[in-house]
Amino acid sequence: MTMEYNPTELMACVASRVLEDNRSLLVGTGLPIIASVLAQRLHAPNLLILFEAGGIGPRIPTIPISVGDSRTFHRGVMAASMDYVMSLAQLGHVDYGFLGAAQIDRYGNLNTTVIGDHDSPTVRLPGSGGANDVGSLCHRTIILMRHDTRRFVEELDFLTTPGYLTGPGAREEAGLPSDTGPYRVISQLGVMGFDDESKRMELISVHPGVTVEDVVENTGFELVIPRTVNTTEPPRESELRLLREEIDPAGIVIGK
Amino acid sequence: MRAREYKLRTCRLLGTMEVLREGAGELLGWMDPDEARRWMAEKKSRGLEDKRMPLREAVERFTKDGDYFAMGGFGHVRVSMAAIYEMIRQGRRNLKIAAKTAVHDVDVLIGGEVVDTVECAYAFGHELRGLSPTGRRAVEGGRVKVVAEISNAGFQWRFKAAAMGLPFLPARVMLGTDTLRYSSAKVVEDPFTGKPLCLLPACYPNFVFIHVHRCDRYGNCQVDGTIIEDRELSMAAKRLIITTEEIVDEEEIRGAPDRTVIPHFLVDAVCEVPYGSHPGNMPGLYYSDEEHMAEWLSLSRTKEGVEEYMDRYVHSVEEFSEYVELVGGGEKMEYLRKLEYLQVPLEAPWRR
Repeated sequence: MTMEYNPTELMACVASRVLEDNRSLLVGTGLPIIASVLAQRLHAPNLLILFEAGGIGPRIPTIPISVGDSRTFHRGVMAASMDYVMSLAQLGHVDYGFLGAAQIDRYGNLNTTVIGDHDSPTVRLPGSGGANDVGSLCHRTIILMRHDTRRFVEELDFLTTPGYLTGPGAREEAGLPSDTGPYRVISQLGVMGFDDESKRMELISVHPGVTVEDVVENTGFELVIPRTVNTTEPPRESELRLLREEIDPAGIVIGK
Repeated sequence: MRAREYKLRTCRLLGTMEVLREGAGELLGWMDPDEARRWMAEKKSRGLEDKRMPLREAVERFTKDGDYFAMGGFGHVRVSMAAIYEMIRQGRRNLKIAAKTAVHDVDVLIGGEVVDTVECAYAFGHELRGLSPTGRRAVEGGRVKVVAEISNAGFQWRFKAAAMGLPFLPARVMLGTDTLRYSSAKVVEDPFTGKPLCLLPACYPNFVFIHVHRCDRYGNCQVDGTIIEDRELSMAAKRLIITTEEIVDEEEIRGAPDRTVIPHFLVDAVCEVPYGSHPGNMPGLYYSDEEHMAEWLSLSRTKEGVEEYMDRYVHSVEEFSEYVELVGGGEKMEYLRKLEYLQVPLEAPWRR
């Protein structure tokens, strides 16, 4: 018996299940926070949440509007600084990073800077913010974004944040810390990972009601399709109730 | 023998420090560290001087057209909105902003036609509230130029290099990306590991505004909650103007010196401006005013709307206390205090 749910709720639930207890996580605002708090409430009570502006280990009471506002260090273990948190990430203390993007390519490289030409853009986006730092320094990066051919593209308009760059070995060659890089891409259609050898994006599971063909059709580059593709477990009633009643009761992120 | 060996080794190390890559972004705010030392020695007073002055005077004295500057806090958290409105009122033009997580601050400055050049870590967005209509329109229409890109940590560490009196600071961010290609950073081969390393040039803004919870008349400041980038930014600033929720007695500062985050000799002016971060959040005192943010985001969809906003909230008043009355006065501030303390539910009127 499953309850009805929307794509954002599904993405939040799927993302939360990737997070393990006793790990650390650098989060951006919106869906990543919702997913992290959901994980804390269910299977990862000691998930350590960090915010780039300096909040460390908060008990997030209500969805922050800014990754620097007072909710991001509410009942935290430390109210530090950006230098402190980014240094922790560079030092290897941060296991996961959560990112969104306007465009992604087959190697998990991300664009959040411009659509079109940099100097006369069609759409000016906010820029890197902390995304490049998260993608450069966290051990594993998880990307949450909508899935269509405008977003999953053959070639980015601008490479803001490093995924595997041009393929195997490219991150290390560029000087980025070893054993880092994108780990999962979670969209409204499925869950993707990266092939160990080629570092190309690979389909892991499709969400309920979605076919492999749907995913392929909505991807602007050739996705690695393994022999077996699972179906994502749909959101459980317990997850949806927590999301709607406690974590985002105003529906600011998950909608009403 | 020892000395010779050392000298040879030094030469070899210097020899390997070749520049592998260089960002094409404009280098803003850089100084030779010896020049920075001279500035700090000559222009900053070590004495305990009463630096209180009206905000209007501080803006007149320490900001000028064409300057490169930064705002403390975090774009819409503990940000000196009072100073922003005053710069707009005084008609500052052609300013270049260090957009180190710039949110509502840069948005209003662009709307007020104060800023025309941006070095961008984060701008043109409102975090959870979405993209900013004003910032986007200005860049897409060519009125505002983005002359360099950088990451948040990159900007933070540009200020840290300055705060340490160094020409640059190495870091392992931005490598391999267009963010680096459009930045003012350089990549070298690290002489210790042999791996490529990003060098972030020091950044000394002409002026910086930082809004704090409390300080004394000399500028010894305390901040509650996260300090964000302000420890380094306050040291990097050529001119530092403090706006504060309240001015307290010197003895209150001296009673808890471990709480001081900015000492007086870094500070050029102290301006008392209660609620000076409105409509932004001031941790521990008031949460962000989402009703006001929604009004701005709605009006700023058009140029005419921006003018309407400026007429209503900036040009119609002479100082910030009048603005506080306009946006709802004591009743509104009490609501925002309750919101900060989770006693009333958060509403997000910009969602519709």
